Amino acid sequence: MTIAADFSEETSEDGAITLRFSGDLSIAAIGDLPERLRDSCGEAQWLDLSEVGYMDTVGAWLIYRTASNWNAEIQGGDDEANRLIHAIGNVAPASDVRPDPPNPIIRILTDVGEATTIAFTTLTGLVGFFGAIMLAAFRLMLHPGRIRWNAVIQRFDVVGVRALGIIGLMSFLIGLVIAQQGAVQLRQFGAEVFTVNLVGRLTMRELGVLMTAIMVAGRSGSAFAAQIGTMKLTEEIDAMRTIGVSPVEALVLPRFIAAVLMMPLLGFFASVVAIIGGGLLSWVELDIPPATFFSRIREVVPLTDVYVGLVKAPVFGAIIAVTGCYQGMQVKGNAEDVGKRTTAAVVQAIFLVIVLDAFFAVFFTWIGWN
Amino acid sequence: MIGEDPIQFDRHYEGPIICVKGLRNSFGTQVVHEGLDLEVRRGEIIGVVGGSGTGKSVLMRSIIGLQTPDEGDVKVFGQSLLGRSDAQTIEVRKRWGVLFQGGALFSTLTVAENVMVPIREFYPNMDRDFRREVAKYKVCLSGLPPDAAPKYPSELSGGMRKRAGIARALALDPDLLFLDEPTAGLDPIGAAGFDNLTRELQQTLGLTVFLITHDLDTLHAICDRVAVLADRQVIAVGTIEELLALDHPWIQQYFNGPRGRMASSGKQLA
Ligand SMILES: Nc1ncnc2c1ncn2[C@@H]1O[C@H](COP(=O)(O)OP(=O)(O)O)[C@@H](O)[C@H]1O
Ligand SMILES: [Mg+2]
Repeated sequence: MTIAADFSEETSEDGAITLRFSGDLSIAAIGDLPERLRDSCGEAQWLDLSEVGYMDTVGAWLIYRTASNWNAEIQGGDDEANRLIHAIGNVAPASDVRPDPPNPIIRILTDVGEATTIAFTTLTGLVGFFGAIMLAAFRLMLHPGRIRWNAVIQRFDVVGVRALGIIGLMSFLIGLVIAQQGAVQLRQFGAEVFTVNLVGRLTMRELGVLMTAIMVAGRSGSAFAAQIGTMKLTEEIDAMRTIGVSPVEALVLPRFIAAVLMMPLLGFFASVVAIIGGGLLSWVELDIPPATFFSRIREVVPLTDVYVGLVKAPVFGAIIAVTGCYQGMQVKGNAEDVGKRTTAAVVQAIFLVIVLDAFFAVFFTWIGWN
Repeated sequence: MIGEDPIQFDRHYEGPIICVKGLRNSFGTQVVHEGLDLEVRRGEIIGVVGGSGTGKSVLMRSIIGLQTPDEGDVKVFGQSLLGRSDAQTIEVRKRWGVLFQGGALFSTLTVAENVMVPIREFYPNMDRDFRREVAKYKVCLSGLPPDAAPKYPSELSGGMRKRAGIARALALDPDLLFLDEPTAGLDPIGAAGFDNLTRELQQTLGLTVFLITHDLDTLHAICDRVAVLADRQVIAVGTIEELLALDHPWIQQYFNGPRGRMASSGKQLA
């Protein structure tokens, strides 16, 4: 059992103050003694340890520090206590527990500056990384035997096949919601039939691919960043380089190929499932039988809408793979950085996808695909 | 019957600090330990040796409660810990510090903050400034330069990270220290420095040290006794001279191989 540490003050005739410590001076027993000592009279000449029970380095530090601050003498300690205090006195105290925080104004300015340079370096970095992937792809085309088909097929499975369930469910619900909301609005001027146009064109042209891209960015873009980032931390990437395996060839390219090839398939799948969802709602709500619904879809959705989706999807896939792998390769230091980079990969991928989608919309209207 | 109250730690307990009896550990069909017995005396540095994969780390993990053995009994400071909850064993767990094989420093905290983690966890009421002071001198007590305290683990060399790990293990002024291959991966000067540190700390703080190592120099330099792990058991415990007198092929090969002879001649020269 520990006895709580305590002290009492005694003033002798000549005015010298003695602090008499009692109880255990240990980490478990020390309690609020440091605070009370700080708030006490201050400037004692003697620290008396004769009534102290057990002492550990925490107690020894307190005594040593108090004695040297006040220039006081230590008396009455047993051999053990003196040895500990002596040992503590031999180590130079450390400066601080954290690096000094900078001045707030300077910090804000540095933060703004850093954010700006990071935005630019990320952009150039992404472009450069894309170039590196293209070079690696070109090299592989000259030596097709080096392509890691196993890794590519495995990525097909992870990025594509395993995403079918969640993307199907998401698209089905989106199709339902578009049809339902569309029907409510269009009914006001008796144009419910146009729900078919709304569902067909919107999902084929825009939402199918866009929502799929967002889902793939969240599912696979983050996974790319975290996988490659962790391999970076454990020096696996460095090991690859020294063995002569190019990480871009071995890790990035399979993911890139998988994302570029799987995105159109997933996007088309998503559009079709969304149309099925819309068809189901039209059947139940608007009494449009499925056969009619689908023949209307074939009439109102031009083939160019399908092309628009199929052109955009591989580009979005490329963006997701490039940001994911690029951020993964940028990881350094510690586990927290993996988290930061993963977040950055997803946010940047979704942001770039949406920006590019806007450009595509303008472009396709311009060439007359509308 | 095992009660629900925390079991108390007895500072004046004089019996064996660690007492392992009939320990059995297995992973699936692979049996790592079978009927393993080991006693560690108060105030000694016991070296634990054995080939790679013989279960040295698993033995340590069973003693500190990270691994529940299939059978057997583990007593630390005379208290049986198996089958007890974390809340019951807290007083005993405060009395040991552990340096893991990989260092296991928290990478998002500075060295000093790493030391403060166990203090804050076990003594949340300690004055904040005093806790910082304690963390800072613990860092220096572990032989790190004063400017290492505000650094992050990724900014330190391998040897310094090991010392930072020691500083965290010593945060609560433990009576028992577990070190898992502390000198692996250090240069000979760094390793010798670490040996000296272990010895000094053990003497100043009156520690008992459970030291897993592959380093023959460490065994010769600082271990009071050596326990040899082989064939799923501790096949022998004793001073190196006592072990050499045994006729076990693995022990002979280990201590009398070219590296073993070199290390022992180094000791005679010194
Ligand atoms: N969590 C685990 N799951 C399965 N097997 C394990 C686990 N931890 C250790 N082992 C096995 O137990 C054996 C002993 O491991 P370990 O104690 O780490 O060896 P060492 O003596 O080198 O420290 C090894 O063969 C290892 O494969
Ligand atoms: Mg091990």
